[in-house]
Order: sequence, then C-alpha cells, then structure tokens
Amino acid sequence: MVTTAATSRRRSHRLPYLLVLPAVLLFLLFVLAPGVYALVLSFQARKVTGGLLGSTSKVVYAGLDNYRSVLGDSALWTSTLRMVAVGAIVIPVTVGLALLFALLLDTPRARLVRFSRLSIFLPYAVPGVIATLLWGFMYLPATSPIGGHYVDFFGSTQVFFSVANICVWGGVGFNMVVIFTALRALPPEIYEAARIDGASETQIALRIKVPMVLPAVAMCTLFTVLAALQLFNEPNTLKPLSNAISSDWVPLMKIYTDAFVNADIYHAAATSIVFAAGVLIVSFAAARMVQSRADLAGKGE
Amino acid sequence: MKASHAGFTGVMLAGVLLAAGCGGSESGSTAPAPASGASSAAAGPVNLTFWDWDPNMDKVVALWNDAHPDIHVTLANPAGGDQLVSKMITAHQAKNGPDIAKVEYQSLPALVSGGVVRDITDLTKDTVTKFDDVTLKSTRFEGKVYGIPQDFAPLMLFYRTDVFKKYGIDVPTTWDEYAKAAADLHKKAPKVYMTNFDAGDPGWFTGLVQQAGADWWTTSGTSWHVDINGAPSKKVADYWENLVKSGIVQKNPSFSPQWNKQMNDGTLATWISGAWAPAQLGGIAPATKGKWAVAPLPAWTAGDPTTGIWGGSATTVTTDSKHPAEAAQFAAWLNTDDAAVSAQIENINVYPASTSGRSLPPLKSAPPFLPNQADYYDVVGKAAPSARAFSMWGPNVTVTFSSYTDAFGAALQSGTPFSGALDKMQDATVADMKKLGFSLS
Repeated sequence: MVTTAATSRRRSHRLPYLLVLPAVLLFLLFVLAPGVYALVLSFQARKVTGGLLGSTSKVVYAGLDNYRSVLGDSALWTSTLRMVAVGAIVIPVTVGLALLFALLLDTPRARLVRFSRLSIFLPYAVPGVIATLLWGFMYLPATSPIGGHYVDFFGSTQVFFSVANICVWGGVGFNMVVIFTALRALPPEIYEAARIDGASETQIALRIKVPMVLPAVAMCTLFTVLAALQLFNEPNTLKPLSNAISSDWVPLMKIYTDAFVNADIYHAAATSIVFAAGVLIVSFAAARMVQSRADLAGKGE
Repeated sequence: MKASHAGFTGVMLAGVLLAAGCGGSESGSTAPAPASGASSAAAGPVNLTFWDWDPNMDKVVALWNDAHPDIHVTLANPAGGDQLVSKMITAHQAKNGPDIAKVEYQSLPALVSGGVVRDITDLTKDTVTKFDDVTLKSTRFEGKVYGIPQDFAPLMLFYRTDVFKKYGIDVPTTWDEYAKAAADLHKKAPKVYMTNFDAGDPGWFTGLVQQAGADWWTTSGTSWHVDINGAPSKKVADYWENLVKSGIVQKNPSFSPQWNKQMNDGTLATWISGAWAPAQLGGIAPATKGKWAVAPLPAWTAGDPTTGIWGGSATTVTTDSKHPAEAAQFAAWLNTDDAAVSAQIENINVYPASTSGRSLPPLKSAPPFLPNQADYYDVVGKAAPSARAFSMWGPNVTVTFSSYTDAFGAALQSGTPFSGALDKMQDATVADMKKLGFSLS
C-alpha cells in the first residue's frame, strides 16, 4: 500500500510536466530555435570574393557590424515612429470600442444580442490579408463605394488612419467578446442592489461594470499593444495599391524587405534581434503598467 | 483576486514570448517547401520540377512530357517575377529549390552571384548557336552561360484606338509629340489621361532610360561602375516629372485594382509596355479586346528607332538540381524546338528569343487579344533589332528596384524632384555593392 501511494504521488508529480511538454516543445522548436538561429546569423555577413559576379561568395564572421549598421539606420527609426503612430490610433480605439460594444450588449434593453455579437465578432474571422484587400478596394478612388473620390485615403497623413482602420475593424470583435464574457461572469445580485439604490443603467455601466471588468480590459489592451507591435500584413498588402507606403514602412516590413527582397538575411537577422529586444522591453513595461492598474482596481473593490 | 492575477500573468508572459518569437524568427523562417521531384532514384524516369508563372505554360510542358517518357517535368507556379527570385533564394538556402526556373534577365546576375543558378556552358554548346549575340548577352557573363533565353521584349507603345479616334489624337512618334498629345487629350477630356507614371514596377522606367542611352551598370575587368543618376536617366526623369506636375499623367501605380479599372474603362489611353503586353491585357482590362493597337515607342529624336527592353526571361537550371543535364536538355527544347516555341507563341504570346523562332508561322497572325492588329509581330520584330539593353544588369538589381519603388513613390507622394529619387537609387545600390565586397570604380 505504501509503495502504491508513493508511485501515484510520483506520477502526480510527473503529470504537470507531461502536460506542459507539448507547449515547451513547440516553444523550443518554433520560437527558441529560430531565435538562436537568427542570433547566429546576425553576427555573419556575405562577402563576395573573386570574379565579376562573386559567385564564389562566402559567409564570414562580421562581429557587431550588422548591429552597428542597424542602430545607425535612420530608416529603422522612422519605421518605428510610423508603427507607434498607427498604434497610438489603434490601441485606444480598439479597446474603447470593444468596451463600448460589450457594455451595450450587456444592457437589459439590448435586442438582437446574438446577431449583433456575431456581426461585431465576424471581422476577426477574416484573415488580415483578405481584410486589407477588401478595404484596399474601398479606399481606391476608382473602385471606392465610400467616397474615395472626395477623400484621399492614401494621403500622407490619411494613410495612418486608413491602416489603423483595418486593424481596428479586425480587432474589435475579439476584444469585445473577451470583455463581454467578463461582464457575463459578474454576479447579477450586484446590479439588483444597485437598481434598488436607484442607479441608472449608465451609472451601473460606468461605476460598477467598468471597474469590475478592468482586468479583462487590461488584458485586451495588452493584446492590442502586442498586435500593434507586429504590424505587417495591413501595410504590406496595401503597399502595391499606392505610393504612400514604402517597403520599410514599419519595422517588420523593413526586416522582410532586407531578408527576402534585398537578400541580406544577416542584416535582417540583426534587425530582428534588436526589434525583438525592444518588443520585450515594451511588452514587459506594458504588462507591468496594466497589472498595477488592475491591482489598483482590485484594491478599490 | 490573487489567483486570477497569476493566470493573468501567465497569459501575459505567453503573449510576450509570442511577440518576441515572431520578431526574432522572422529571418529564420523559410518559404514553404515546394513539391519537389528532384530526389528521384537512378532507376526509372527522371523527375524534374519547373517553376514558371506563364499562363498556359502547362500546355507546353504537356508536349514535352508526351514526347519524353524518360524525363518527366512537373510544372509549379509558386510566384511570379521578383517574388519568385526571393522564393528561389530562400529555397536554395533550404536546399529544396526546383530543377528549372524562369528568371527575368535583370534578376539573373543576382542569382548567379548568390550561387542559386548553375553554369550550364558545357551542357549548352550547341544550343547557344541558335541565338544572336545581343540576346545571349543577357544570359552569358564572363563567357559562362547561365540560362537559355526564352523571350525578348522590346518596349512598345500600346494605345487605345477608340480613345485616340474619339478625341482626334494622332499616334505620337516622338516624346515631344507624346507630351503634346497628353496635354491635348486631357484638355479635351478632363477625365482621360495619357498614361500613369508607375512607381510600383521599375521595368518600364529602366526600358525608357535604356532608350535614352543610360547604362546603369558597366564593367571593366572585375570591377563595376554604377551610373543610375547620370544625364540620360535624369533626362527621362525630368520629362516625366513635368508631365506628372502638369496633371496630364496619373500617378497611381500599375497592376492595382484601381489601374485595372482605369485601363478597362478608358481613363488611361496608352500603356508603355513590353511586347508581352497582349497576353496580360486580357486579365487587366477584359472589356478592351480589339481596342488596343501597338506602335513603336516614341523617340527622343525623330526617326531614331532605338527602344528599350522591359523584362524578357531565361530558362535556368539551379545548382540544387540533381539532374542538370536533363534539366538543360528541357531548357534547350523549350526555347529552341520549333513545336515548343510555336506553342509558346500561340499560348503565351511570347516574342521568341531564338533566331529561328522569330520566323515561325504563328508569328504571322495577330495575338488573340489584339485581333485588329494582324501585323503585331511584324511591328515588334522591326523594333527588336534596335532594342538597347544595359551592357549588363548589376548583381543587386533587387536593391535598386526596391529603392526605385520607395524613392519614386515618395517623390510622387510629396512632390519632390524625380532626379532626387535617382540619386537615392544610386546611393542605395552603391552602398549595397560596397557592403557585399564588390569592387567599384
């Protein structure tokens, strides 16, 4: 009896490891290994050696050369600024609209809740590239049903809003569902108590619902920040439609162009590493901030 | 609240790692592996994979497979043009490239430099005698042959006969006349434009500077000289800047939904394009069948027949191929066999690169989309001998071309001088060549 208990205890010790194993394996295979490979590449460079075309080129150790040229590359910093500009529009609008829609759907007077919820969620199911092609048609003057003749959607300033609009359109649905689910999980007695105290629906929404779903809102914000940092599909798909978007419009497009158009995978690897480091710092900072907000809200409760 | 926070932190961590992973692995990822038949055993028929984006190429490949049961060619179309070059480079790094691939002339030096394309000099000793020297110049560098020329595409002027007739515009023969016609047309019909200045695809612009006498890359011994922002190129840039600034030429990129619609509904009256245009027009502007005609490219000095080149491709054998001899045999057949070349003229509307191919019977009839122009290949054939190419394409054309798109796109967007865009292209090209270690003079 003693041995069986010991074995079962040992087995139960092993179980958690077994359960996380697939995730860890996938992480090693598709995140860590390529990451390490990129790190190795980032210290190398291709140098041509003899002949006019240098077809006997070789890969050499380049030290920090790639990093030096990445950090001194003004195009990378400009592309980062563009990403921040789009993010500054996308993040508040996406989370704001998601919260608004979730609150509206949660009011007792709401009708057609299932239909509306599905309609708002549906754009999320459309792949980014397809969504961008759809919006591209709507933006171009010759094919626009939404006034492309009067508004230049690809103007130097407007293009930021045009790109952001596609991200918001695709992102609101998912976040709305997250916040809506959190709202539904709240105990109804609280509302009853509030109504007895004479609170209006608006007061209930702003004073009770919003503070209580703040952790969900915070998580949505974080997801949106991460999505904004990875901005690529939308501008890259819009690029051939206008002159407004260059091949290095956002950092990931610059990395893509360096690696697969200009065939300099080493420089692209160094840019990736620098960018990934930046993303890590920003993400942790954002996570910290978001969590401390959520903590405050928790204490307030 | 505590427990939910722990879960929350976990989710955040996963999210962060996900983002980091996507940023970090960007350069490590490779294109999806193609269906490759290159690894066949010694026994049985040899299987070859062929990457090509020509519409209807399957019909030509079927001819080969029927006649050659021992060498089976599988056609795949993973991408076209420059994107296929990127795919080839990536596939080569993963050692799973195709055996045979269609490569545009301007991309060939870069692929040779990257070790993607094989030197097939010894396998094509007889084949090369079937091409003239001007054509071979595009695939033979330093005496080594890297591909069999498929087609030759002199730059031509395609115009809408209905639009020209309606507004009483004569077909321009010089660039002066072209500019005057553009102004005249736009004055008579404010919604119609002569053409668009395309910053998306550099092919037509390089054709125009070739006509004007530019030589972007020249070589002496083993060193290069880059001259992208020289006087002939600036002359072309200034000419078009003037047309764009006058508002008589549109400035949106070609090959977009917007452009397709404009080509279809007669907003754009001309298209400066390669001899392959009739095959493409059907997809671009399906409603305009029989409404286009071809004319020689307008000249800088009246009577000068010189034109440039847009595109044109070669069939290449890759270094990854395990059956280079068979692959070279297919490449030779595709571009020199009378039946194969005839099938390409009929199905793909190519103007053949091989000397004998240029007098084949199918060239006597009009391309299907231009039934009104029975002498189409005559007009192209007359322009072909005066087509002027660069003495050689550089080893990093992709850098130059992506710089064209960015620099001219920005110039159109913000109204800055076109000549400044040429300076940017020159700087980007030289910087990249220096970084790679090419010797420059």
